[in-house]
Amino acid sequence: MELQSIWFFLWGLLWAVFFMTDGFDFGIGTLYPFLGKTDQDKRMMINSIGPLWDGNEVWLLTAGGVTFAAFPKVYAVMFSSLYTPLMLILFALIFRGVAFEFRGKINSEGWKKLWDTFIFLGSFLPALLFGVAFANIFQGIPFDDKGIYHGNTLKLLNPYGLLGGILFVLLFLQHGANWLNIRTTGELRQRAIAVSQKIWLALVPVAVIFLIASYFATDLYANYFKTPALFLVIFVTVAALLATRFFIAGQHFFKAWFASAITIVGATFFGIIGLFPRLFPSSMDAAYSLTAFNASSSPLTLKIMLGVVLVFIPLVIIYQAWSYYFFRHPVSREDLDLEDAY
Amino acid sequence: MDPVFLSRLQFAAATMFHFLFVPLTLGISIIIAYMETKYARTGDTVYLRMTKFWGKLFLINFALGVVTGITLEFQFGTNWSRYSEYVGDVFGSLLAIEASVAFFLESTFIGIWIFGWKKMSAKAHAAVMWVVAAAGNISGIWILTANGFMQNPVGYALRNGRAELTDFFAVLFNYNSILQILHVLPSALVLAAFFIMGISAYHLLKKQHVDVFMRSFKIALPVALVCSVFVALVGDFHGVNVAKTQPAKLAAMESHWETQTRAPIVMFAIPDEKLEKNTIEVISLPGLLSFLGFHDFNAEVKGLKDIPRDERPPVLPVFIGFRTMVGIGTLLILLSVYGWFRRNKIMESPGYLKILMFSIPLPYLAIEMGWVVTEVGRQPWIVYGVLKTADAASPIAATQVLFSLIGFILVYGLLGAVGFYLMAQNAKKGPEAAH
Repeated sequence: MELQSIWFFLWGLLWAVFFMTDGFDFGIGTLYPFLGKTDQDKRMMINSIGPLWDGNEVWLLTAGGVTFAAFPKVYAVMFSSLYTPLMLILFALIFRGVAFEFRGKINSEGWKKLWDTFIFLGSFLPALLFGVAFANIFQGIPFDDKGIYHGNTLKLLNPYGLLGGILFVLLFLQHGANWLNIRTTGELRQRAIAVSQKIWLALVPVAVIFLIASYFATDLYANYFKTPALFLVIFVTVAALLATRFFIAGQHFFKAWFASAITIVGATFFGIIGLFPRLFPSSMDAAYSLTAFNASSSPLTLKIMLGVVLVFIPLVIIYQAWSYYFFRHPVSREDLDLEDAY
Repeated sequence: MDPVFLSRLQFAAATMFHFLFVPLTLGISIIIAYMETKYARTGDTVYLRMTKFWGKLFLINFALGVVTGITLEFQFGTNWSRYSEYVGDVFGSLLAIEASVAFFLESTFIGIWIFGWKKMSAKAHAAVMWVVAAAGNISGIWILTANGFMQNPVGYALRNGRAELTDFFAVLFNYNSILQILHVLPSALVLAAFFIMGISAYHLLKKQHVDVFMRSFKIALPVALVCSVFVALVGDFHGVNVAKTQPAKLAAMESHWETQTRAPIVMFAIPDEKLEKNTIEVISLPGLLSFLGFHDFNAEVKGLKDIPRDERPPVLPVFIGFRTMVGIGTLLILLSVYGWFRRNKIMESPGYLKILMFSIPLPYLAIEMGWVVTEVGRQPWIVYGVLKTADAASPIAATQVLFSLIGFILVYGLLGAVGFYLMAQNAKKGPEAAH
């Protein structure tokens, strides 16, 4: 395989892992006002991701950094074209991050309510906007041969774009609820389990509609028809989605969480495979599209970065997996009493 | 309005705000790791209370540093797309390495540190803090290496309409980057040490929690002394390097217009860029600028007049920035030296303690001004001698940038105010009683 193709795959993988990890943080933040009835519930919810969300968010920086390093032209055109939605996402993430830290620092109702709102918005908006952005990328973005954007931010909210947004929100809600099933206790956990089953009922039809809509709104399936073996990715994703439901019903909550993780990675790869070799397709003229071959860095940079990524990303996965394992138990009274707990 | 100008304002606001939090994170994490190690080794709970007290301030600061850092990476793409496209081959990889090598480590282990109390041994917990401190500083090294490329581009060739990497090791061992690393990281320790001494002084003046704050003070003092002197020494090497590689920056730092030997340093001046001279000059010390730049009182120093107008940086901010940085740096050395001689009589020096309390903002100002000299002094280049800032911005509408700029100012202003308020509240409250 050429260096550029390997990098295309890694690029997709980093985004997929970001959605898989920070995805459940977004889901929990979105469920937060609905499932958190008492202050204790709320604290249990945010402390369930307390030790992890920051490390999860770094996958976004790495996905962005790798886009910059391996495909600088994509980095330039993609982020300048999607200026407004990206800024909204960044502001939302800023608020989410400080909200976790600030919320418990002053003991007043109004203060907590303020940051509660930001936890919700800071989780829901990125989930929605990433979905909208990626669905629009699947359809193609109006930019010319010089990489100048000719679109309108509001047009990103077209039906397929919105469908992508809703799909992402639901995927993350499912994933987040599955994590709550693992790390919370008592009534909150009962509510989380019930909600995780309801979300699934909404997620399945939206996923099916999205798969069908993609056939009409995008040309993602072209690669699949060329190499039918690739349909396996869709089958695995759908199987993982179905398995989620059975694992929840069987009270196998870790397995359910793994299943929703695979669903998210699979859903991302459904699009990434369909895009190949394009990273950022132009809707004005296919010839303007930025691909792994016309937008990549020099072979030397790609080689050095490949070395870096192959050494360090597995290391990251090992110590992050260890920290997940370390914090696998339900959040306890003692955890909430820690001085710097959220 | 000009989108380039707006993007510059936005980037300046975002970086300067980000850098209000970074130095404290870098410096104090090392000092906290040391305190916690002392606790793990001795079991002395005073060290534990210190660790928790400074740790709390560190975490508030850390949160703001993290969330404001993310926007910086993405702004290269959103606002500086032509820059990204042109030098991404070299510059992008440094940012990607920073994230995968260091920032992951820092962010994952900070979570373990906050939530890992009682779940692991005291020694293991202290080791986690060392990982956080090391990872943060390693992050800094990569970012400064990236900035070093903008100051003194090396290891690249102009090919295929962009700068392509040819020699990775040349980029890694860029002399400019090494000087920056040796200047910026210790200055972070200076800031952290003065932060600790200033807050300790507040409590010592009130004679409360004396055990915790006397010991904190004595840990911070030698750090302040050694690092403030070291920062100044490296700064001297910096001056020589700037004279060699960026003569326009040196000339702007000193508002130096005429090329001459035995070039003077003026203590204060008001430059007039149109008339190409200083309208007011106060106290001129002949030969000092030649010495600063070339370690030779008779060396010739290029004046701004011999640099084409369109390659001159704005003089006033660089000139004032440099003076502020050096002035504060000198003052901090004096304060450290004085403190060192009074170290066993601190409680009998209320005047000194008061000065320290009000000195907390000084290193912040010095560091920000240092960046003004470095970054404004590099103008009009974004990559020195390779790409001009005016050619580096994204082809986007000014209104978009205007809205995000307003957003940045409002959001950062608000969060900054809340963050510093919370830090001040917690600093005043003092440590928890021993359990």
